Amino acid sequence: MNHLTNFTKGLMKENPVFVLVLGMCPTLATTTSALNGLSMGLATTFVLMLSNVAISLVAGLIPDKVRIPAYIVVIASFVTIVDMLMAAYVNSPGPGGEPSLYDQLGIFIPLIVVNCIVLGRAESFAAKNRVFPSLLDGAGIGLGFSFALTLLGAIREILGSGSVFGLQLLPKSMNILVFVLAPGAFIALGYLIVMVNKLKK
Amino acid sequence: MEYVLIIISAIFVNNIVLAQFLGICPFMGVSNKISTSAGMGGAVVFVMTIATVFTYLIMHYILIPLQIEFLQTITYILVIAALVQMVEIILKKVSPAMYQALGVFLPLITTNCTILGVAILVIQKGYSLAESVVFAVATALGFALAMVVFAGIREQMELVNIPKAMRGVPVALITAGLLAMAFMGFAGIV
Repeated sequence: MNHLTNFTKGLMKENPVFVLVLGMCPTLATTTSALNGLSMGLATTFVLMLSNVAISLVAGLIPDKVRIPAYIVVIASFVTIVDMLMAAYVNSPGPGGEPSLYDQLGIFIPLIVVNCIVLGRAESFAAKNRVFPSLLDGAGIGLGFSFALTLLGAIREILGSGSVFGLQLLPKSMNILVFVLAPGAFIALGYLIVMVNKLKK
Repeated sequence: MEYVLIIISAIFVNNIVLAQFLGICPFMGVSNKISTSAGMGGAVVFVMTIATVFTYLIMHYILIPLQIEFLQTITYILVIAALVQMVEIILKKVSPAMYQALGVFLPLITTNCTILGVAILVIQKGYSLAESVVFAVATALGFALAMVVFAGIREQMELVNIPKAMRGVPVALITAGLLAMAFMGFAGIV
């Protein structure tokens, strides 16, 4: 039961994007389409789970004064692994010559290091709990983050280019271009949080 | 001329906050008052310039000759964290007045993704050292500009009666969206 709540709390009750409003940079920048949002979410989930496990294992050995730099090194190592894996496996250009997933996410992959969600979970959960709960916490928060990014990506994609996951649903004439551009990200997320606030009551 | 283009592009056309989505956390977090957001902007100008010079030199004189570029992320974040601490200590000794103005913002800057972002961007864009410095200063000024303008709007917004569900973050996001739309007007001048 306890394990279950560790996992499920990140999905809605403590959703990092909608409720805690953390990790805004990748949320806004990488959600031009549902697929990009999902990929970014899963990359972050991977880092979160592994860094939570590693940090809960070594937390007792790290002196209190240097814990933040130590956590950052652990997180940065996993981010480097994700970066190299993505450079190796999702780096081929699409059929229409569009940039590869790795190029589209671009600088936001190395920037997972400074995503406050990852360091926040390390500090507030993994450092105080055992390995298995930390893994579940990382997975739950990560999937909550992925869910938020995919939802925002899907909304922006359907409004901006009339498709979801590349599947064309609306004709091109109904596209509202601004939603795939920068202002649309802010506005779509703003209204999404309004809706979550309304639903919570 | 090249430098002028870099400056205009970094401040207005590709504004780091409103077009590239870096540094959203401080943009949302410390933009309630014009004075605090100007302080944060100043601190970012200061740290970003120093950090970009340091990380550029480390990349070109240590990581590339040793062929360990893959350690970029780890090295940069540690260098930036150490640098921020050092700047804080030096500033406290050398210029207490400036420390008073910028001090509280310095610890926050370590997790400000603009610093790491710009350090990585100048390497990706293949800038020379001089171009990198110009780019860093201009980007930081663009950040400060966005912060101050946004804080000005938010100060006025406190006087307005906003629906309950929209208070706080949502209305700030929508305002930022409108501001980003205004900045899109600069597209095409470079």
